[in-house]
Amino acid sequence: MYAQMVKSEATNDDPEMLAAFQARIDAGERIEPKEWMPEGYRKTLIRQIGQHAHSEIVGQLPEGNWITRAPTLERKAILLAKVQDEAGHGLYLYCAAETLGVSRDDLTEQLLSGRMKYSSIFNYPTLTWADIGAVGWLVDGAAIMNQVPLQRTSFGPYARAMVRICKEESFHQRQGYDLIRKMAEGTAEQKAMAQDALNRFWYPSLMMFGPSDKESVHSAQSMAWKIKINTNDELRQKFVDQTVPQAQFLGLTVPDEALAWNEDKGGWDFSEPDWNEFYEVLKGNGPCNVERIEARQKAWNDGAWFRDGLMAHAKKRDARRQAAQMAAE
Amino acid sequence: MPVQGDMMTPDAEALAKAAGGAARSAGQTPLEAGSPEMDLFTGLTRLGDNTLILGHRISEWCGHAPVLEEDIALSNMALDLIGQTQFWLGLAAEVEGRGRDADALAFRRDAWHFHNILLVERPNGDFGQTLMRQFLFDAWHAPMLKALEGSADARIAEIAAKAHREVAYHIERSADLVIRLGDGSEESHARMQAALDRLWPYSGEMMIADAVDLRLAHAGLIPDPASIRPAWDETVNHVLEEATLKRPEGNFAHQGGKQGRHSEHMGHLLAPMQWLQRAYPDAEW
Ligand SMILES: [Fe+2]
Ligand SMILES: [Fe+2]
Ligand SMILES: [Fe+2]
Repeated sequence: MYAQMVKSEATNDDPEMLAAFQARIDAGERIEPKEWMPEGYRKTLIRQIGQHAHSEIVGQLPEGNWITRAPTLERKAILLAKVQDEAGHGLYLYCAAETLGVSRDDLTEQLLSGRMKYSSIFNYPTLTWADIGAVGWLVDGAAIMNQVPLQRTSFGPYARAMVRICKEESFHQRQGYDLIRKMAEGTAEQKAMAQDALNRFWYPSLMMFGPSDKESVHSAQSMAWKIKINTNDELRQKFVDQTVPQAQFLGLTVPDEALAWNEDKGGWDFSEPDWNEFYEVLKGNGPCNVERIEARQKAWNDGAWFRDGLMAHAKKRDARRQAAQMAAE
Repeated sequence: MPVQGDMMTPDAEALAKAAGGAARSAGQTPLEAGSPEMDLFTGLTRLGDNTLILGHRISEWCGHAPVLEEDIALSNMALDLIGQTQFWLGLAAEVEGRGRDADALAFRRDAWHFHNILLVERPNGDFGQTLMRQFLFDAWHAPMLKALEGSADARIAEIAAKAHREVAYHIERSADLVIRLGDGSEESHARMQAALDRLWPYSGEMMIADAVDLRLAHAGLIPDPASIRPAWDETVNHVLEEATLKRPEGNFAHQGGKQGRHSEHMGHLLAPMQWLQRAYPDAEW
């Protein structure tokens, strides 16, 4: 997940090979890195996995924003562990992308120069401690909704990364829910913070599934390749159906007056998010786009001497080893 | 405006009362200074405040480290240190027996009641300073915990044994990075040497005993910090040599943290850390 609007890349491969490849996918086979794959499949996956990896990395920032202010030792430890997990997810995903012939440094450069995106959700600020609960509950919740089906995706390394990641994400979601529940059951001020967090994160969470199927022109090829398993609207509906009763249990109000149970479809009717806002955030006009990218650029630039220093040491060590070998011969 | 007390009065107590000083009606009598309980409480907060403040400092890096592996390693280390804090301060609160818990000690104590060494409250600086601070501390922390495993108090020995397993990995990692960066590029070498020179005067405090330390050592509860010196010297000398870094010559040691006299940085560190607990004292989190 965290890959919104990944455009499928065109493919000009040999039609017979394409057909054979499609047959393997249709038969439910896993594609492994060394096997033949259409160029479009490779490129689309690089983009999707890369975007997902970047989201994990940038996603450290809104949560890291509260680590130094966590109100108990236990909550501080939980949040540290979560942010550490997200960095770990980034690492597995970069590794999965590397099997497709792109380096982590290359992907990083593309993120920092704005040529690659990360999930729009991380361009929203975390303003109160309740937001940390809302992020775990709603954002990790939406991520899981997207990622569980991706455990069956056709590309082996991606599917395997998803299995590991999903386990941890569901842990995050439960911890986030526990945090916001404590707030919702707390003092009047805490309850107000919890409601405010839901108000601000509800629609951005719905946006995480990407635009409506009517608008989403890139899906067909990705679905045929089993890079994408469900449509955006299917997943969004599932998310709303799961989340509304959880909000009700907390005594919080979902900020949607049109929200109503629809007996016929056995699900909730709900309002679409403001898609103009979504496109503006993607274009760079979200509340935190500038800060997020600047923070990543600063980390990368300030860390250059560190990375160069380690490389220089590795070179010296190799040279010494070679010299010792030559002396021995 | 309230009436101001007469500054010229010889009755300082009355003056303090007029200034609102008597409002500190804590309700419960604090532990008696110099009592075995107070000594142990102090010794345990020295251990727990070191891990809390250093854990807090390195958590400030979260998401901003030079490479992803460092983000992971730093949050992992912060997590270990915060976990150790829960044990040390939890035990300190138990020893105190005044109804406080580890969170009350971490989030409701004033700066001058914290007993961590000055080294751990130093600001992060560049990544080289963060690493060097970690290395100088780890080189003390690991042998200290090892020695604490022999404490006459079984609760202390148990916490130390668990913490030592984690810290053995911290020192391995920080020593390795100091070596690689010291003996790395010209720039990384210069930065590591500068970090060492800058932090050196803060490394002595953890190996200097005061009267409380000596009484605790005598009771077999917490070893004399000076007894850690040979192990620390050995690690530091060996690592600095391999790192091609020059051990600074001075022996001057800034002191005061262990007794509650902190640097200006401490208040700024505690302000965000304690803010929620202080702003919403009735809330549970
Ligand atoms: Fe994710
Ligand atoms: Fe994640
Ligand atoms: Fe997560």
